[in-house]
Amino acid sequence: MSHQHDDHQLRDKDGHPLIERYNPNERTNHWITAITFVMLALSGLAMFHPSMSWLALLFGGGQWTRILHPFAGLVMFVSFAILVVRFWHHNKFEDGDKQWLKQIDDVLNNREEKLPKIGKYNAGQKILFFVLLFCMCGLLLSGIVIWRAYFAFYFPIPVIRAAALLHSICAFGIICSIIVHIYAALWVKGSIGAMVRGTVTYGWARKHHPKWFEAVMRNTRK
Amino acid sequence: MALQSLDIRRLSATTVTPPQARTPVTGTVAKLIDVSKCIGCKACQTACMEWNDLRDEVGENHGTYDNPTDLSPQSWTVMRFTEHESNDGNLEWLIRKDGCMHCEDPGCLKACPAPGAIVQYTNGIVDFHQENCIGCGYCVAGCPFDVPRISKKDDRAYKCTLCSDRVAVGQEPACVKTCPTGAIVFGTKEDMKVHAEERIVDLKSRGFENAGLYDPAGVGGTHVMYVLHHADKPTLYANLPNRPRISPMVGFWKGWAKPLAVAGMAATALAGFFHYTRVGPNEVSKDEEAEALAEARRIREEQS
Repeated sequence: MSHQHDDHQLRDKDGHPLIERYNPNERTNHWITAITFVMLALSGLAMFHPSMSWLALLFGGGQWTRILHPFAGLVMFVSFAILVVRFWHHNKFEDGDKQWLKQIDDVLNNREEKLPKIGKYNAGQKILFFVLLFCMCGLLLSGIVIWRAYFAFYFPIPVIRAAALLHSICAFGIICSIIVHIYAALWVKGSIGAMVRGTVTYGWARKHHPKWFEAVMRNTRK
Repeated sequence: MALQSLDIRRLSATTVTPPQARTPVTGTVAKLIDVSKCIGCKACQTACMEWNDLRDEVGENHGTYDNPTDLSPQSWTVMRFTEHESNDGNLEWLIRKDGCMHCEDPGCLKACPAPGAIVQYTNGIVDFHQENCIGCGYCVAGCPFDVPRISKKDDRAYKCTLCSDRVAVGQEPACVKTCPTGAIVFGTKEDMKVHAEERIVDLKSRGFENAGLYDPAGVGGTHVMYVLHHADKPTLYANLPNRPRISPMVGFWKGWAKPLAVAGMAATALAGFFHYTRVGPNEVSKDEEAEALAEARRIREEQS
């Protein structure tokens, strides 16, 4: 069974074949975004609600929290923008996405065999993509307006008030979205490996993203 | 900086009740600024500088008597001069001593995310405790009067303290002590209202029929009040707000948005947890792996 192309085949430690879902650059890009997001969520929440102001201690106190938050925000935005460029073409809505959403009950109850065939991303992932994109832009723009040390004094106070509110709303949106994103990764076993190690099993690919699985099989087997 | 001799009514970014046992029987304090008596000498500015050890940079003449032209971390009170031509052709020189109004419902305190950086004492004074300030500038957005200023040197917010340190030991604020015309007086808020009423009667008898007290209800009243000869038009006095109140945007951001957002985030996380414990994970079975391998083989054969 030793065909020539098997030499290039990704395999796990037991010899089962694997498919690469995210290459090392994509993974690094994702995790830079993720790490800065966690920093931003924790430091942002510290400045949002008194019940979480103790989180400021993780960053060296209130002043450091205030100093670091916007710089981490810039890193996250740039990193996320690169992710958007990388994954944009996989996130276009197509036939079947509506049907997938209509059958959200089947999705949530692990009845994937009843769903339309999914490409690299399902409709939920695509919605997440665009919600994140929207929130990221809102956070960047409003964040600059309320960045007291460098920019806030360029803006009239009513604009700063609106920006502060917009920043909170977008932050709420993005935090809830990422909670869903993280949960989905924990729920659909094998997903975390896709982003940590870069690979998924054939079975994972075919079960969760059958159209992508087919496309990968056809392209890599020439 | 915390003055324990002054009991605290409210603390910024604090959800529990501060110590409440002692309440001043005489009520709260207030500073009354009688604009009609002010001669614009700026002795109050000087007294403020001296008492608080503040020295602003020497600025430039902008063609007005305003000097400095705006409040700053080093200038906690500023005289604002307005030349107002009334309908009968008279020129009125309106001089308003600007500074913190010490609102009963302080927007700065509502907006502040740093526990204990802004306090309101039981006597009504709103004070900044710079050692707790994180320099975010939310107080600037929260204030309906555009008073707080963030220092570029130390990234902390500053404003008039109503000389809380002097008041704590039974003295009047430095500006009050120094005012040569008696335009600034200090006492209990009740007394100041009574005094203002006398002044208003006098002003009305002199032809200022719209004379009145500026103690805006939109912020629950203030502990710095003005007697204005044109109380019907506060904006004449260098844009003193007509009906100041905490902006609805700040009100929502720092009001309902906080518990709602925390509840929403917690609910999202809990929804995930309970989904996992009710429905369970989505796993790929051995059979599904085998089927996938078989299909891969099929595709490969199709293509060869």
